Amino acid sequence: MQVDWTIYLTFLGAGLILLLPRDSKNLIRWVALLTGVAALLVGLKNYFDYNAWVNAELAAHNGVLTDGFKQIVNVPWIPALNVNYHLAVDGINFPLIILNGFVCVTGILFSWNIENRVKEFFAFFLTLIAGVYGVFMSMDLFLLFVFYELAIIPKYFVIAIWGSTRKEYGAMKLVLYSFVGSALVFIGILAVFFSAGGQSFDILELVKHPLAPEVQIWVFPLIFVGFAVLAGMWPFHTWAPTGHVAAPTAASMLLAGVVMKLGSYGCFRAAMLLFPQGLEHWKWWIAVLAVIGIVYGAGVALVQKDFKFIIGYSSVSHMGFVLLGLATLNVMGMSGAILQMFSHGIVASLLFAVVGRMVYDRTHTRQLDELGGLAKVIPFACVTFVIGGAASMGMPGFSGFVAEYQILVGAFQMHPLLALAAGLSIPLTVAYILNANNKVFMDRDEPAGGHGHGHGSEESSHPPLPPITLPEGVAAIILMALLVIVGLYPSIMLNMIKANMELFLRGGR
Amino acid sequence: MEWYQSHILTIVTFLPLLGALGLLFVDKKSTKVFVQGATAIAFVDFLLSLPLFFWYDAARGGFQFTERLSWIPAIGVDYYVGIDGISLLLILLTTFLGVIAILSSWTAIHERVKEYYIFMLALQTGMLGVFISLDFFLFYVFWEVMLVPMYFLIGIWGHERRIYAATKFFLFTQLSGLLMLVAIISLAVLHQHATGVFTFDYEQLLNTTLSPSAARLLMLGFFVAFAVKLPAFPFHTWLPDAHTEAPTAGSVILAGLLLKTGAYGLIRFVLPLFPGPSREMAPLMMTLGVIGILYGAVLAVAQTDLKRLVAYTSVSHMGFVLLGVFAGNEIALEGAVIQMISHGISTGALFVLAGLLQERMHTRDISEMGGLWETMPALSGAGLVFAMASLGLPGLGDFVGEFLVFKGAFPIVPLVSSVATIGLVITGVFLLGMMQKVCFGHFNKKWTGLADMNTREICIIAVLMFFMFWIGLYPGPLLDVSNKAVLQLVDLFQNLGH
Repeated sequence: MQVDWTIYLTFLGAGLILLLPRDSKNLIRWVALLTGVAALLVGLKNYFDYNAWVNAELAAHNGVLTDGFKQIVNVPWIPALNVNYHLAVDGINFPLIILNGFVCVTGILFSWNIENRVKEFFAFFLTLIAGVYGVFMSMDLFLLFVFYELAIIPKYFVIAIWGSTRKEYGAMKLVLYSFVGSALVFIGILAVFFSAGGQSFDILELVKHPLAPEVQIWVFPLIFVGFAVLAGMWPFHTWAPTGHVAAPTAASMLLAGVVMKLGSYGCFRAAMLLFPQGLEHWKWWIAVLAVIGIVYGAGVALVQKDFKFIIGYSSVSHMGFVLLGLATLNVMGMSGAILQMFSHGIVASLLFAVVGRMVYDRTHTRQLDELGGLAKVIPFACVTFVIGGAASMGMPGFSGFVAEYQILVGAFQMHPLLALAAGLSIPLTVAYILNANNKVFMDRDEPAGGHGHGHGSEESSHPPLPPITLPEGVAAIILMALLVIVGLYPSIMLNMIKANMELFLRGGR
Repeated sequence: MEWYQSHILTIVTFLPLLGALGLLFVDKKSTKVFVQGATAIAFVDFLLSLPLFFWYDAARGGFQFTERLSWIPAIGVDYYVGIDGISLLLILLTTFLGVIAILSSWTAIHERVKEYYIFMLALQTGMLGVFISLDFFLFYVFWEVMLVPMYFLIGIWGHERRIYAATKFFLFTQLSGLLMLVAIISLAVLHQHATGVFTFDYEQLLNTTLSPSAARLLMLGFFVAFAVKLPAFPFHTWLPDAHTEAPTAGSVILAGLLLKTGAYGLIRFVLPLFPGPSREMAPLMMTLGVIGILYGAVLAVAQTDLKRLVAYTSVSHMGFVLLGVFAGNEIALEGAVIQMISHGISTGALFVLAGLLQERMHTRDISEMGGLWETMPALSGAGLVFAMASLGLPGLGDFVGEFLVFKGAFPIVPLVSSVATIGLVITGVFLLGMMQKVCFGHFNKKWTGLADMNTREICIIAVLMFFMFWIGLYPGPLLDVSNKAVLQLVDLFQNLGH
């Protein structure tokens, strides 16, 4: 099965769920899970095939890749508009496809406890996932845009129906921002289409006929900013924290895990690929805004009182790294950016699962001041948070380190000050993760002068919480294992990314 | 055997981690398994590391037992390990103190036994990794790996103000580590500009030619990271908190080993990579060392908390290491190496003893102690011996190290060295008086009926004492094995520009 089956399988799963009786909740959950797993397996199989192919190509051509793309399907769709149904994969979107698969499976596992309108929830969820798969594989701007919209609409319903804190507000804000972003993108796409002669929406065709520099300079920001809104670029990030907080756990995972990556992926695939001169003109702006976002997100996360807002702002900070890496325009920084997309997708999913599912669903509060000492009650949640947190603060051994480290090296080569300023966020990250961990999971220090351990009194203040369930445990272990595997053996992903980035920078595609 | 010889470092380093992973799957209720399992793993690791001492060819010197595997080729990172005479000694110290620390936790830890021993073993791997890495990236990875288990050891099993101490420890070391990371990256980038190769290989980066201003900046990046760990005045403030609040084994590891990673970093990276700036800043560094020596000693005298007292003596003793390293001649550097080993043992022992007292008396307040010889002659006797060692009594390990450091540093900075010596003698007298009161002073009735050391505790102390005397009376083997490595450093430091 080709990798495009991930899209069809997921749509099929969503359709199947709609046909099931609404009372057989367990059946619905299992269908959703099996769909997710099937799509993931198809993705993984193709991923490793592609990886083997890249390595063989590299070995055969002295470490140089001549063409990174594997075409999947390319047939006319709306001939009148020259729109093609064109899907293809390369070393840039493959890691993200895998990421989407993992977030889908673990998201379903973390949503096992949803009781309200189970059927609709999983139907929306799978539709969203299928849309995301589609965006990552589309090589036709129009098709990409269609899938992109397909992913945003279920998002609104998932938040507005199953969300919490100010859910309508959060959902509406998210959708408004996304739509404004897509409007910019749409204008940009049309502008490209017509300036290129109205022949094709195909990215791989358009790239062969670059636009005049004057056109690029004004079209590039349209498309880039349009996508960057969804990537949480400062100052267009404000939808992200509120959206994350309002969303139910699985939706926060998806939102931070893959939807924000849609934005940064769009920035790369549509804006940067098509407008090299526009990019050259604007790269300093992007880099500076990215750095501001990095430091700002981390700083704001430090002063939050709501556990989920901390993770929400940390996403803004980490996505800043992605944009910074892309703006460096060197292999090191850009490869780091792609790896960071994957890594942050996993980290953010993991942390939102801890906050939303493991802690909030049990304690019904996310206020740091009301939590505390949970390490004793639900130790597994603490371990998960610490591992996710360590990956988030760039602790070596986890994927986040390899990614951010490369971005910093890349940024350093662009301008040392950029790396230095972005590096400032790391101490801040350490501080907010430690702060959250201390307040949520650790005991409070005893008053000075006290002797002994005095654990007895602490424990009584914590009524026993329901234990961590099997689906939660399995999902968390999958995500943690990914962080460690990619952290210790990044070549499994980095080889293909790097080869494709070199190709991109050589002016290939 | 040959196979073992060529993989010995990897095996010794990762055995504790593997053991920890194995323990992960044991049911948490069977506490005996964790206690005995962790002890066995640490002991086996110690045994496995012993051949290093005999196989290491001290006459040849240089890095031996090297192993190299490609790890992340995309960014020029290798798994490249190897040891010279200095790292050899520190590895043996690590595996040895690892056993001691775990033995001393048997009765001290009753809660969450499983997690405790898993963290202890993971920490062991982190420290061993720091001493064997010859790739900067790998080194940084292990450097950070040490942090997390230590944070939890203090934060979960520590004393009253454990969260504060753990957080402070984590922030200090993590932030200074980041400076080092920046320095590492910059070094690699500069090397790439010069040669076109992006690598983290220690031996290759050693040959990077740097402009004086760049070298100075990078040196500071490394120096701060190591000075915080060491700790050198004025970066020491995390230490008294962390040492005091950590559980016994945590304090043993912190004082005995973690501080040594800072000293090791200075010797392995700062001097060889930046001989120019190091020599330039040597007077400043030596002054910081002397300030640390005196400041630590004076504050130690003023403490009422037994563990805090020992903690401040560590600041003082590590000042000697700083002084010795930047004096940069053979004698002083040998002294610094000996001081690292012997301080590891003497302070380790003092923390073990403090832990034993706390287990019995549930207090660390010195003013409540007094006349302990009455009930616990063996324990107080051992305390006296190690306190003497710590004060630098000839015949015991610390004396050799401190003497060599002074001897080496005196010709360079006669005045400060003299001040330090005199200051030390005076504080020594105070500390002696305090020990006298604790052991022989007015007996506090509260403590009647306290048990003296049992066999396990006597064994721990006896082994430590044996090594203390060995280093004190016959330091020859230690000096021999590290001599080549020290001479190379001296060569770099003194023959600059030839």
